[in-house]
Amino acid sequence: MTTSQGHAAGFLTRERIIARPGWSRWLIPPAALAVHLSIGQAYAWSVFKTPLEKGLNISGVASSLPFQLGIVMLGLSAAVFGTRVDRNGPRWAMLVSSACFVTGFLIAALGVWTRQYWLVVLGYGGVGGIGLGIGYISPVSTLIKWFPDRPGMATGIAIMGFGGGALIAAPWSASMLSAFGATGNTPDPDGIALTFLIMGLAYAVFMSAGWLLIRVPADDWRPAGWDPATRKTGKLITTGGVSAANAIKTPQFWLLWVVLCFNVTAGIGILEKAAPIFSDFFAGSNPAASFAAAAAGFAALLSLANMLGRFVWSSASDVIGRKNIYRMYLGVGAVLYLVIELTTNANKVLFLICAMLILSFYGAGFATAPAYLRDLFGTYEVGAIHGRLLTAWSVAGVLGPMIVNAIADAHRDEAGPARYTTSFIIMIVLLVVGFVANELIKPVDPRWHEKDGTAPEVGAGADTGEVNR
Amino acid sequence: MTGPRDQERPVPPVLVVLAWLWVAVPFAYGLWQLLIKLPALFGG
Repeated sequence: MTTSQGHAAGFLTRERIIARPGWSRWLIPPAALAVHLSIGQAYAWSVFKTPLEKGLNISGVASSLPFQLGIVMLGLSAAVFGTRVDRNGPRWAMLVSSACFVTGFLIAALGVWTRQYWLVVLGYGGVGGIGLGIGYISPVSTLIKWFPDRPGMATGIAIMGFGGGALIAAPWSASMLSAFGATGNTPDPDGIALTFLIMGLAYAVFMSAGWLLIRVPADDWRPAGWDPATRKTGKLITTGGVSAANAIKTPQFWLLWVVLCFNVTAGIGILEKAAPIFSDFFAGSNPAASFAAAAAGFAALLSLANMLGRFVWSSASDVIGRKNIYRMYLGVGAVLYLVIELTTNANKVLFLICAMLILSFYGAGFATAPAYLRDLFGTYEVGAIHGRLLTAWSVAGVLGPMIVNAIADAHRDEAGPARYTTSFIIMIVLLVVGFVANELIKPVDPRWHEKDGTAPEVGAGADTGEVNR
Repeated sequence: MTGPRDQERPVPPVLVVLAWLWVAVPFAYGLWQLLIKLPALFGG
């Protein structure tokens, strides 16, 4: 290896990014956000659906494929590359994520330009999806190590970014598509290609702040004024570290997998069909001309609740404990679905409050999971364990829409809220099952702890906070 | 012997501010675009 190659490899290594004394931990959340706000673009894929369908003459099912493959690849790549992300460090992970995500856009641009739609699916969904998975988990364990006093808040900020990414990308890409003549009944495919190209290049620049700013704390680093000896303790807390390979052999991992999967499924149940649900519940409450705008406003309101829930509830979990906060997500979530079921369209404000809270719990379920894992398994390989847990998302991403769409289709002849009665009852049952799974989570048996002193350091590891109060 | 990497050098506050602006500005744009859609929800 030449010297220059050695330096290039060194630039990406974990050793190279150990923070010098005096480094500010408040640079880490914006580094994480630079990545999460970018990859969160995935949730704005729907903006491209109609232009692609009309511009390339493809079906609605085909135009969904890049997004669907992207979410599947997100879960798979997070699971497969999680251990490597932990070992190689966050700069390597962020750079690889950025390269894959940007390359996905460039391949998609080429695909539309040459009218080869399979390139769009392979590029955006396949290559870009790998960038989603690696990028999603890349800052998580680093944030937990920098914020041992507030891990829920720290991961909440980053994962809120994933929810916020679509808020930026949706209006931005829509305005570019419009400017390049890629809207209306005869959208210009070259305009779609140009939009993909510009987005890819812009994200390459924006994400660079992530891999340039990211640092890991030194092993002996502590937040100013924070003493691990004075930390609160909880029943579920671990003082050891569990490897990813061993974590998946524990019942705690699979119980949390069920909790996340069912919490996400229940949220997707309402998120997936936000506009149609609003239409079926409140058709006639607005003048016809403004009804489409009202339905779009409902979808936007749910996005806001989804995003804010990630930060607010995850931060609250640092105070009231991880197990308690999931009791709220699942238990109160089930009650809220029941309220919608019973009151249907009798009160619009009550319906909106219930829907917003359900979606805030949906987002918060994602954001609180890393801190819950940290509490159960320590920080030793928490990034890799988180990656494996995200397979629950892949399953829920298929399960949720499948339940709601299949049941809504089966009740096509019914009008109004009755179309969703069965779906919402299923969501309540899933949330109750998730609640029971959360109740069954007990401390991890110490026999799974690593024996090489991985525990109570902050930089490398394990400190802790309250878990089960 | 203490190397340059071991010496305490506080990060300039302006770097922290710039880093937050880097992510806050596009986020504020997205949030604004979202908020202007909301009034239609209560217009009926």
